[in-house]
Amino acid sequence: MDLQYFFELFFGGLTRGSIYALIALGYTLVYGIIELINFAHGEVYMIGAFTALIVAGVLGMFGFPAVAVLIIAALAAVLWAAAYGYTIEKVAYKPLRGAPRLSPLISAIGMSIFLQNYVILAQTSDFVPFPRLLPDLDFLEYIGYIMGPSDFIILVTSMLTMICLSLFIRYTRMGKAMRATAQNRKMALLLGIDADRIISLTFIVGSALAAIGGVLIASHMGQVNFNIGFLAGLKAFTAAVLGGIGSIPGAMVGGLVLGLCESFTTGYFSGNYEDVLAFGILILILIFRPDGILGKAKVQKV
Amino acid sequence: MKRIVKAALVAVWFMVLTFPLMGIKVNSVAKTLTWRWDRTALMGAATFFLALLWGWCFERKARGLPIISLPPGGAGRRPESGPGVRRGILLAVLAGMIAMPLLSSIYQTNIMISALLYVMLALGLNIVVGLAGQLVLGYVAFYAVGAYTYGLLHQYFGLGFWTCLPLGGVMAVIFGLILGFPVLRLRGDYLAIVTLGFGEIVRLTLQNWSSVTGGPRGISNIPRPELFGLQMGIEESSIYIYYLVLAAVLITILVISRLKNSRVGLALQALREDEIACEAMGIDVTRVKLSAFALGSCWAGFAGVIFAAKTTYINPASFTFMESAMILSMVVLGGMGSIVGVAAAAMLLILVPEYLRAFSEYRMLIFGAVMVLMMIFRPQGLVTGEKRRYRVPGENRARQTVEASHEARA
Repeated sequence: MDLQYFFELFFGGLTRGSIYALIALGYTLVYGIIELINFAHGEVYMIGAFTALIVAGVLGMFGFPAVAVLIIAALAAVLWAAAYGYTIEKVAYKPLRGAPRLSPLISAIGMSIFLQNYVILAQTSDFVPFPRLLPDLDFLEYIGYIMGPSDFIILVTSMLTMICLSLFIRYTRMGKAMRATAQNRKMALLLGIDADRIISLTFIVGSALAAIGGVLIASHMGQVNFNIGFLAGLKAFTAAVLGGIGSIPGAMVGGLVLGLCESFTTGYFSGNYEDVLAFGILILILIFRPDGILGKAKVQKV
Repeated sequence: MKRIVKAALVAVWFMVLTFPLMGIKVNSVAKTLTWRWDRTALMGAATFFLALLWGWCFERKARGLPIISLPPGGAGRRPESGPGVRRGILLAVLAGMIAMPLLSSIYQTNIMISALLYVMLALGLNIVVGLAGQLVLGYVAFYAVGAYTYGLLHQYFGLGFWTCLPLGGVMAVIFGLILGFPVLRLRGDYLAIVTLGFGEIVRLTLQNWSSVTGGPRGISNIPRPELFGLQMGIEESSIYIYYLVLAAVLITILVISRLKNSRVGLALQALREDEIACEAMGIDVTRVKLSAFALGSCWAGFAGVIFAAKTTYINPASFTFMESAMILSMVVLGGMGSIVGVAAAAMLLILVPEYLRAFSEYRMLIFGAVMVLMMIFRPQGLVTGEKRRYRVPGENRARQTVEASHEARA
C-alpha cells in the first residue's frame, strides 16, 4: 500500500467533501425549516461562482492587488448569492406556503431551470476560465507532497465557515429562533418569532454558504459554466441525506464521507463511475436508512 | 400609488440583483470589458411592469377570481360547448393531423413527429405524475431504455423495428419495476430525487459503458421502420413514421382515457389524493404504485423506439435531465391528469419555440418560468382534470330539509 498516495486521496477527498458539506448545509437548513428540497440551491452556488468571476475580472482589469481582488470578489459573491437566495424564496416558494407538497417542489425545479438558462442567456453557455484567486502561500510547501496549497485553503476556509455557522446557530438570538422554527413552526409563532423572517434568513445563510463553496471550488477547478450547479447540487443533496437531512452536523459529516468515498473510488478503481457512485449512495441511503447517519427516525403522522 | 412605488422598488432590487450577470461581460482572455447598461435598464423596466402584474394577479387570486379564464375542461358546463361540439372540434383536429403531411413540407412533418413524440411522453408521464401523484424526475431514463433497446438489438442481433417496438416497451417496464420496487416506501420529494438519480445513473452508464453502448458517440445507422419490405425514400419514410406516431398517440390517448375510469385508474387517483386514506380503503398501495410505474414507463419505451427509428442515431446527450424537466413542465402546464390539456401543452411547448425562432433561445427559460408560475397561479393546469363525481340520489332534498330545520330552530 502506497501510503503517500493514500494520503493524497484522503486529503483530496476531504477538500472535495468540505465543499459538498458547505452546499449541503444550505439544503439541510432549508429542509429543516420548511421541509422543501430547494432545487435551485445548486444554481445559487453557480451564480455565486459567476459573480465572483465577473467581479474579479473587472477588478483585475483595474489593476487591483490579488488579495484585494480575492476578498472583494468573494464578498460580492456572498452578497449577491444571498440576495438571489432571498429573492428565490420570495418569488417561488413564499406564495406556495400551505399548498400541497408537490407544488413547491415543482416550483423549485422550475426555478432551477430558469436560473440555469438565465445565466446562459446573460453570460454564456461555454466554460469560462476562472482566475486563480487563491494565493500561493510559501509556508505551505512542506505539506505540498500530500495536498496542494489551494486544497489546504479550501479545507481551512470551509472548516472555519462551518464553525462560525455552528456558533451562529447555537448562541445568537437569530440562530436560536431558527432552531425553534425548525422544531415547531406553530409554537415558534406563538412565542413571537416572525417565521417569515426566519425562513428568509435561512435562505440567506444557506445561499451565502453555497457562494463560499462556489468561489472556492471554481478557483480550484479553474473554470465554471452554467451547469456546475446541477451536479454539485445533487451531490450536496446526497451529502445532506447521507448525514440525515435537517441535521447540521449531519450535513458536515455526510459531505466529508461522500467526498472521501468519491476520492477513494476514483483513486483505486476508476474515475468513470464517480458520479454514478454518488447517485447510487443516495438511492441506497434513501431506501435503507432515509434518516441518514445522524438523523432521527421520524414517524409519519396523518 | 403605493403599488407603483412598490413596483419601482422591486424593479430597483432586480436591477441590482441582475447587474453583475446581465450588465457586465468580461472576456478574461482578450482582456475586454463590456458594460451593458441597456440590458440593466431593460431589466428594470420589465420587472417594473411584471411587479405590477404580479401584484394584480395576487389580488385576483386572493379574491378567488381566475387569472386566465379558459373554457372549463369538463364537458357540458356551457350550452355551446356540449359534447357534440367538443367531439366536432376533436374530429376536426384529427382530420387536420391526418392531412398534415400531405399538405406541408418534409421539414414541417419532421417537427410534427417530434411534437407528437413529446405528446406521447407527456401522456405517459401524466399517468405517473398526474394520475398517481408520484413525482418522477427521471422519466427520460425509460425513453433512453426504449431507444437503446432498439439500437443495441439492431446492432448486435439485427432485429428490426417491429420486433423491437414491443421489446422496447417491455424493457422499459422492466426498468420501471426495477426502479419501482425499492422506492415504494418513498414519497414526495425523496421519490423525486431518487428518480432523478436513477435517470442520471442510466445516462452515465450509457455514456461510460463504451464497449457495449458506444459511449458518448452513441449508436448510428439505426434503420427506419420498414413496411412489408417496401423500399422507401427518406421523404416517404418520414411520412410513414408520422402516421405511425400519430397512431401511437391515438392509441395512448385511447388507453389512458379508458384507464382513467377503470379500477386501476381510480386507485391511482385515490393514491394521489391521499396515500394513507387510500391504504385505509383497502387499496393495495404497493400494487397500485408498481402498476403506475409500469404503465408510465411503457409509453416512454415505445416512444424511445420510435425516436431511435426517426433519428437513426442516438447518443446519451439526448437523454439528459433537461428532457425530463421539459416533459414534466408539459404535464404541469396542461393540467395534471387531463389528457387534452397535457397533449395540447406538449404541442404548444414544442411547436411555439420551433416556429417563433426568436423564442427558441428562451425556450428552457420559459419552461422554467411556466413551472413556477403555474404552481403559484393555476396549480390545476390550463385544463382542469375532470374528477368523477357521484351524486347520492335525493342528496339535494336531504340538504334542504336540514337547512329548513335549522331555520325553523332559529
